[in-house]
Amino acid sequence: MLKTFPTGGVHPPENKLTAAIPIEYLPVPPSVVIPLSQHIGAPAVPVVSKGDYIRTGQVIGTGKGFVSANIHSSVSGKVNKIDFVSDSGGFKQNAVYIDAEGDEWLDTIDRSKEIKREISLSGEDIIKKCLESGIVGLGGATFPSHVKLSVPTGKKCEVLIINGVECEPYLTSDHRLMLEKGEEVLVGVTILMKALNVSRAMIGIENNKPDAIGHMSELASSFSGISVHPLKVKYPQGAEKQLIKALTGREVPSGKLPLDVGAVVHNVGTAFAVYEAVQKNKPLFERVVTVTGTFVSKPGNYIVRTGTPLSLLIEAAGGIPENTGKIINGGPMMGKAVSNTDVPVVKGMSGVILVPFGESVRKETEPCIRCAKCVEACPLNLEPYLLMTLSERSLFERAENERITDCMECGSCSYTCPASRPLLDYIRLGKSTVIRMARERNLK
Amino acid sequence: MSSTVLITIISLSLLAFLSAVILYFVAQKFKVYEDPRIDEVQALLPAANCGGCGFAGCRNLAEALVKADSFEGLSCPVGGAPVMAEAARILGKTPPVVDPTVAVLLCNGSPENRPRTSHYDGAMECRISNSLYAGDTDCSYGCLGYGDCESSCKFDALHIDPVTLLPVINDDKCVSCGACVKACPRHLIELRKKAKKDRKIYVSCSNCDKGGPARRACKVACIACSKCVKVCAFDAITIKDNLAYIDAKKCTFCRKCVAECPTNAILEINFPPRKEKAEVAAENVN
Repeated sequence: MLKTFPTGGVHPPENKLTAAIPIEYLPVPPSVVIPLSQHIGAPAVPVVSKGDYIRTGQVIGTGKGFVSANIHSSVSGKVNKIDFVSDSGGFKQNAVYIDAEGDEWLDTIDRSKEIKREISLSGEDIIKKCLESGIVGLGGATFPSHVKLSVPTGKKCEVLIINGVECEPYLTSDHRLMLEKGEEVLVGVTILMKALNVSRAMIGIENNKPDAIGHMSELASSFSGISVHPLKVKYPQGAEKQLIKALTGREVPSGKLPLDVGAVVHNVGTAFAVYEAVQKNKPLFERVVTVTGTFVSKPGNYIVRTGTPLSLLIEAAGGIPENTGKIINGGPMMGKAVSNTDVPVVKGMSGVILVPFGESVRKETEPCIRCAKCVEACPLNLEPYLLMTLSERSLFERAENERITDCMECGSCSYTCPASRPLLDYIRLGKSTVIRMARERNLK
Repeated sequence: MSSTVLITIISLSLLAFLSAVILYFVAQKFKVYEDPRIDEVQALLPAANCGGCGFAGCRNLAEALVKADSFEGLSCPVGGAPVMAEAARILGKTPPVVDPTVAVLLCNGSPENRPRTSHYDGAMECRISNSLYAGDTDCSYGCLGYGDCESSCKFDALHIDPVTLLPVINDDKCVSCGACVKACPRHLIELRKKAKKDRKIYVSCSNCDKGGPARRACKVACIACSKCVKVCAFDAITIKDNLAYIDAKKCTFCRKCVAECPTNAILEINFPPRKEKAEVAAENVN
């Protein structure tokens, strides 16, 4: 029997429409808007000013503090201005506007196609390289990778887990990456293993990608310590704690980090970015984005420069179909609808889904009858219906006692609710309020 | 038969008497003294338990008033000056001087002024919408219009207008308890000093963006052009974070800033209609 995590989870229709479509390069856009905050943590500080000529791969913003990441230019050209831009939620954030003049890369970047397997850097230098190259978790959370790679003294990492699960419906960017850049990904994994000083890496791939499992297993046989594990298809298996449980049987306790059970999880996309940064000296300024949807005329997987307007990317996929109700940034389960199509593509954007009207509209909310389907679906053993009610009534202290901060916002509860109650909406509100309350308490 | 009844009556009476004696002594022993004035003051208070005074309920304010040396900082916004004066009389203290205030909305983004650019269909609460996205217009500071303030108001003083989609505050009913101020996730409601005839002049905008984006998002946004600052003879207007603010304590209601504002972001409310210049001249001649 295939491994999976034991509690909760749902199985939404997979709809992997673009699984067989090879990755394509999107042409360099005429202008880009590169937000200075594309990661969790402090926004980067701009180091360029208006009128500067910059080349592709050049640093335009440096990370501020430990939990932050560098931002690099994705085109070559002149800085038009440093101004605000709306992110996908419509909130303003600082960004560098660059008018592209061709595509002149920094000389230090190795643009050859040849795969370099020899790792010359030491573990410490690898972490430094990740920091310099602005590598962040490309699974969607965009947590700076160098932080995850720096194991604090007193803790020990025993196994590196590579997330090739891609449990979100529709998305296929990691799937295609494993198929087309499998060897690079595996070299990336070896680099990560060296940085963490571990001898064992496990790659988890859901069983709905048999071609990727086959391809990766075959390639992995020539790498020492790397094993590929097929997993039963279940959402949210790509969540850090669930994946660790599925692969190693270890359970990360509430409020603890994966490192507390000796594991570190990285995405295959991140492994590929690490390979490019360490072996090819190429900072993170482009990524694979899946553009898909039932009515999209040319869905596909595109390598897109960060800062490219979303509208250009959608145009490449054949434009917005007439009956589109929502455009979602990310997967259909955890992604958020974008408020306008001028938003730039950022490091954390793994997919864009154009959802037709009939599917996008929320159903009318009905009263909760305590059927406990949400409790069954919750992979973290929480009681979503209770957390929602507590947030609705602003009983945040009680919500804290009910461990609302454990929620990872996977949305399984909202998905499964037969009364279409906005469970996650309220739980998110409660979670953010409780986190704020706790922070204020700690300050006192 | 009769003796059974008799024994029952006597034994029960004895038991009752004994219990009464015990209870009497217990009550004496564990007696809690409560200032009788607390009840008296509480009876004066409006019993709305709205929390506008900063205490959990009217009883708590009454306790605080009785305990306090002076009324400084203690006041019931609902009852206002008459209630506080009466409470002061009972307790033999001087009542506080509190300017009565009223809630005003610092946003004027009706669909006409602020075009809708997207559509939200999540949980219909401002606090949730605010945590997810900037709103269905390009202004990320303005009113979301789902009525968290309306549901927080215990005095029926605030309703969302179906046309402008903005809350309308009824000055007569508003007791300035501050519930809506706390409920608004975007901090768009301010308690402003009440003036005679309920006159108000204030900047009805909260957009902290620079002039260009602010104006593109909303026709009546404050663009921080500082024209009002220059025209004000009383230093009542300041600009902070690309936003003008009129200090109600310094404002003399001369209305010069209202005429000067290029975007009509400054509102004048409950004033008689302005006389045209020609009319003023004609009056002077007469």
